[in-house]
Amino acid sequence: MNIHEFQAKEIFSRYGIPVPRGIVATTPAEAKAATQELGGQSVVKAQIHAGGRGKSGGVQLVRSPEEAEEAAQRMLASNLVTPQTGPGGAPVQKLLIEELADIKKELYVALTIDRGHRGPVLLVSTQGGMDIEEVAANDPQDIHNEPIDPLSGLMPFQTRRLVRKLGLDPSVAGDAAKVLQALYRVFVDNDCSLVEINPLIVTGDDRVVALDAKINLDDDSMFRHADLMKYRDISQEDPLEAQASDFDIAYVNLYGDVGCLVNGAGLAMATLDVTNAAGAAPANFLDVGGGATPEKVSSAVKIILSDPKVRRVLVNIFGGILRCDIAGEGIVMAYKETGSTIPLVVRMLGTNVVEGKEILAASGLAVVFADTLAEAADAIKQLQI
Amino acid sequence: MGILVDENTRVLVQGITGREGSFHARACMAYGTNVVAGVTPGRGGTTFEDKVPVFDSVEEAVAQTQANMALIFVPPAFAPDAIAESADAGIPLIACITEGIPVHDMVKIYRYIEHKPVRLIGPNCPGLINPGAKCKIGIMPGAIHLPGRVGVLSRSGTLTYEAVGQLTALGLGQSSCVGIGGDQIIGTNFVDVLELFDADPDTDAVVMIGEIGGTMEQEAAAFIKSNFSKPVAALVVGASAPPGKRMGHAGAIITGESATAEFKLAALKDAGAWIIPTPADIGTTAQEMLKSNGQLT
Repeated sequence: MNIHEFQAKEIFSRYGIPVPRGIVATTPAEAKAATQELGGQSVVKAQIHAGGRGKSGGVQLVRSPEEAEEAAQRMLASNLVTPQTGPGGAPVQKLLIEELADIKKELYVALTIDRGHRGPVLLVSTQGGMDIEEVAANDPQDIHNEPIDPLSGLMPFQTRRLVRKLGLDPSVAGDAAKVLQALYRVFVDNDCSLVEINPLIVTGDDRVVALDAKINLDDDSMFRHADLMKYRDISQEDPLEAQASDFDIAYVNLYGDVGCLVNGAGLAMATLDVTNAAGAAPANFLDVGGGATPEKVSSAVKIILSDPKVRRVLVNIFGGILRCDIAGEGIVMAYKETGSTIPLVVRMLGTNVVEGKEILAASGLAVVFADTLAEAADAIKQLQI
Repeated sequence: MGILVDENTRVLVQGITGREGSFHARACMAYGTNVVAGVTPGRGGTTFEDKVPVFDSVEEAVAQTQANMALIFVPPAFAPDAIAESADAGIPLIACITEGIPVHDMVKIYRYIEHKPVRLIGPNCPGLINPGAKCKIGIMPGAIHLPGRVGVLSRSGTLTYEAVGQLTALGLGQSSCVGIGGDQIIGTNFVDVLELFDADPDTDAVVMIGEIGGTMEQEAAAFIKSNFSKPVAALVVGASAPPGKRMGHAGAIITGESATAEFKLAALKDAGAWIIPTPADIGTTAQEMLKSNGQLT
């Protein structure tokens, strides 16, 4: 789950990580008043769940409350498109109005789980404020990677080493080390998959401040973080993806016209690849999961059918835990309830396959059956739509 | 022969009284697997299916039944504890089926078991099967398997069944099939299993099914290039996935170029693996590979 910058900064503040004074605004008038309160100048920052805001008009320095009002009007009026949002952009419903910062130095700091090390790593770089992927490509020696043993946690000698790598003056070294320690506690306590500060700045008067804040939470840990659920912002999620996640269905919206219903993530990815190889384009990734009921399968099918891109549906079920008759029942249920006439290619295999196919054959739906993945892809291509 | 499990495997099922645990324990037993014990804290002294004793702890179960493998069907919040309990009891092989264990828990459990004499398969995996030994330890449909000489290795569940289904349809039996799991942090990786297949006299060739995310396929490619003596046919799924999106599996997410299917396939091709062009061609590519190596006429 992604959360907004202002929410991440709320969490940072609770852990003692200094952040600029800031006020959340949802209207141009509020942005104006907030700027007034911050001394007449501010930075207006669009709150969306994607990076690349600075280059895309989502961050603006303003020199007066009126200018803040105008900037807010512009940002709130339309979706913000950045290199990370996709062509539709993300809706801007909230703005963070922050005091100006006196920047002497910009650093990069992040914590994530590294698969190779099978544990957390703390990454730092002196090239803060930059796209870190670019730094990694052009200046890999300027990214220092500190593996952390999750049992002992981030040790003080490690923070001292990182502070040395960042070339910080003794006057700020202590504060920087405190920020790194606090950041590690944020990362662990909240089950984060990523915590990133880009940039972490040193101010003219030698304070260490998190100018930006990004936190991604591990979806699998949410059962023990009811408190963090309040940070979820559904307006930032694809509506179909949000609906699917409410039913505990793994769904990713794609670009084509072939709606895909599959059980298992690997088989679902394979189904997309086979569809593409056949010259058709999948509309979505969908893994309905193992222990699905007819109702859950039906919900999945209804999500697929409600996608206006979808003109044909490919069902690929390898019955194991999920029985083919359950899948068949769910599919028929969804088509009956929606009255949809979108044609289907169904490939079923495994547990109760005969019953599953019988249910579909008797339903009167426009079903083409296929026995193998290759036949299914071919049938999708042949389908008259 | 086959790898990791065989006729001598004595399985203990953690979570045997739960919905999934009981269903799959029965299916494993029906396939021929020697399920010797169940563990559910608080349910000790009862019997599962009138023949399998249930214990409160792994320690007791091992002492009473000499179980030498654990199969875990415990919900995500409690699965890390279940893994540690079996490792602590001296069980040398654990398969954890559970999906959705928080990654911060897994990194700690990995440290806990790292220096103990135990191998963990998974989590978030289908388990493993040795069809020749009638030993199925996991959630795969047993009936699709055929005893034979091809090793199958995969990060996925149902896609492994797809691979096995295609092999069996062409009469190509399997020596062992191992699903290592779709999470970011897993106990056993591709290279670990390739080493075992390399040493197994009953495995002629390997079908390896990778996916986007991480660098495990590249590590496998490097191993195949320098150390692996048998032919490998490889598939990497997820070419159609957009970057930054988790494709069901927690580990299947493109975070940079090296995590893409294209990058991984290039490494595997360079290592001399047979590249399976699409997921529909797993069986036929394996057949071609075996024929070309004189392992099939």
